[in-house]
Amino acid sequence: MEQKMVTLRINDIPVTVPAGTTVLEAARSAGFNIPSLCYLKGVNEIGACRICVVEVKGAKSLVASCVYPVSEGMEVYTNTEKVRKSRRLTLELILSNHRMDCLTCSRNSHCELRQLASDLGIDAVRYAGGDDLLPRIEDSAPHLVRDNSKCVLCRRCTAVCRQTQEVGVIGPNDRGFDTHIGCAFDRDLAEVDCVSCGQCIVACPTGALSEKDDTGKVLAALADPTKHVVVGPAPSVRVTLGECFGMPIGTNVEGKMVTALRRLGFDKVFDVDNAADFTILEEGTEFLDRLQNGGTLPLITSCSPGWIRYMEQHAPDMIHNVSSCKSPQQMFGSLVKTYYAEKMGIEPQDIFVVSIMPCTAKKYEVLREEQRLPNGCMPVDVSLTTRELGRMITQAGLLFDHLPDGEFDEMLGVSTGAAVIFGATGGVMEAALRTVVEKVVGAEMAPLEYHEVRGMDGVKEASYDLPGKTVRVCVASGLHNVKLVLDGVRSGTMQYDFIEFMACPGGCINGGGQPLQHADVRNFTDIKALRAAALYKQDEGMTLRRSHQNPMVNAIYQEYLGEPGGHKAHSLLHCSYIKQKKYRVN
Amino acid sequence: MPNCKTVVPFRGTPEQQARLTQVIEAHKGQPGATMPVLQAAQEIYGYLPEEVQIMVAEGLDIPLSEVYGVASFYAQFTMNPKGKYQISVCLGTACYVKGAAAILNAVEQKLGIAPGSITPDGKFSLDSCRCVGACGLAPVMMINNDVYGRLTPDQVGPILDMYK
Repeated sequence: MEQKMVTLRINDIPVTVPAGTTVLEAARSAGFNIPSLCYLKGVNEIGACRICVVEVKGAKSLVASCVYPVSEGMEVYTNTEKVRKSRRLTLELILSNHRMDCLTCSRNSHCELRQLASDLGIDAVRYAGGDDLLPRIEDSAPHLVRDNSKCVLCRRCTAVCRQTQEVGVIGPNDRGFDTHIGCAFDRDLAEVDCVSCGQCIVACPTGALSEKDDTGKVLAALADPTKHVVVGPAPSVRVTLGECFGMPIGTNVEGKMVTALRRLGFDKVFDVDNAADFTILEEGTEFLDRLQNGGTLPLITSCSPGWIRYMEQHAPDMIHNVSSCKSPQQMFGSLVKTYYAEKMGIEPQDIFVVSIMPCTAKKYEVLREEQRLPNGCMPVDVSLTTRELGRMITQAGLLFDHLPDGEFDEMLGVSTGAAVIFGATGGVMEAALRTVVEKVVGAEMAPLEYHEVRGMDGVKEASYDLPGKTVRVCVASGLHNVKLVLDGVRSGTMQYDFIEFMACPGGCINGGGQPLQHADVRNFTDIKALRAAALYKQDEGMTLRRSHQNPMVNAIYQEYLGEPGGHKAHSLLHCSYIKQKKYRVN
Repeated sequence: MPNCKTVVPFRGTPEQQARLTQVIEAHKGQPGATMPVLQAAQEIYGYLPEEVQIMVAEGLDIPLSEVYGVASFYAQFTMNPKGKYQISVCLGTACYVKGAAAILNAVEQKLGIAPGSITPDGKFSLDSCRCVGACGLAPVMMINNDVYGRLTPDQVGPILDMYK
């Protein structure tokens, strides 16, 4: 069907755009930037903050361009005196109630509000605050710090929590000057069914939301001569870390990242990609066992701790469908504190394991009791986000773009292309299929790439004919989509054998711990696709692209773990989950 | 937020729950269901404690934070039950200029609660109001239907002591 086009004039320049386009988007295509604050495309489109107002000829008042659709013959002015005055007044009023400790704020130079004040040329705030403007810190949860004295009530966090993730643990409470974002009954975040995904943090334009900074713990461990400090970054971190240093979205900085970690003083720089290969061998074995021996299907992946927490609270009926495999982060830590410790003759208690993750839920995952190893150790001591690593590198004075490429330490640092793509939605499924299908049909017959499960669609389906059995798979990312699939599976309208769920839309490349990108980038660029493309490109260039081809992994099974899915592998690399309460009362 | 967490234990009955369930079923799936359901819930229980708001959230399949957001936005909703003795301190213009703020403060001090809340034993609930039509007696406080006028802060303690 041909799309209806509309022609309008923006600042006297004619523009033709598809019907339904907003004035803000049309202006962009004509080369005019309209400043905005509450608008986050696809997430929060409510026209509430009034920063993006423009004049439309014939309209009674200024209109919010982020939600105002174009129409034929419309005449729009984006930069009149009336518009400028209105935007400045609105922003000054927002700033009058904002705690402006910009120099020491966690957002500092990444703040969208600060950028806006600069873009609009605000050089003074004429209005005194209606509030005491003291810090209002809520840091009960292991992954997040909220400071409502910096909140502008844009609703981007609540929109992402309610709509994108359908968890809805935060919302606007009370009214008027008392309005603030919080949980029901102003309970602490740690008390409610927050899944720790951190999508609210990357949606927040200001310093009101940030990850809990654990870099101090890592620096202390690095300075402690009695600690053997080991680090491993997740698959997606290598294609996002560069953004912390102004590199283009989708730049692969694996080599520089390794050098940076070594120069920060880590004793060993391993790769969680290696653990991802272990995950495939364990999960692939589990899937084939369930498929061939009448086990509970569909099998659902367990790599995403946000999904796991969601399942325990919102979908405990699926508890037996979830794979018993620990996540790659936890497999990594488990192997470091058992196999590696024994091999090196180091007491596991003296090893300090740090993971670098795209994820805030990983901070919560490292504390989960069911992860504890038989030797009494927790597998991972501290989980840092990509952003925290970026800060450590800057603070250490490492000139990132000057760093030479380095290589991972070998023992737990060798990985395959299958592990690399774990970082994008569909990646775990494709990696599993690469191994599982080959195990069933043999190396000659098994395809290497599974494009059906790639891409940024929220829900993807495919089926593969294996001898005697058609395997139906599904991939969903973003908890709204996860819920859709769960509802379909429960009602029988959707039937699958194997499902990959990731809590964050697009998977880990868009995790809550990834570098911040302003709304004016996110609104016009598919950052998820760019980051994912970098992972698939790396995979394509690798010689070994199936997890079971990983020579180090195979050697460790032979030497230490025994068979995938065997007794020892189970005691170290698997765990089980229990139903958790959604509410504190009842 | 004095209005948000009540200290009085929830004592809902199965009959009340059955009535609320009926209301929820009648509104489920309709846009804008939250308001009428919360109004009915307050009518049934007299207030909207967390237990009741959870029933509404689960029943309508919406997040508890959304229910609470609505309940905490509108002044018509209360999250505290009324006490055996309902204290109402008038903050209307006449009472206010005659020192009603000090009276309210004295009640708050004596009972250890803020306006909008209730003592843990459920005996006293405290609210402020706007004009009871007894401006000649300003400042005025009401306890259930008893009116106390021309009050001074030091009279508050002995008056409250009369209510057992």
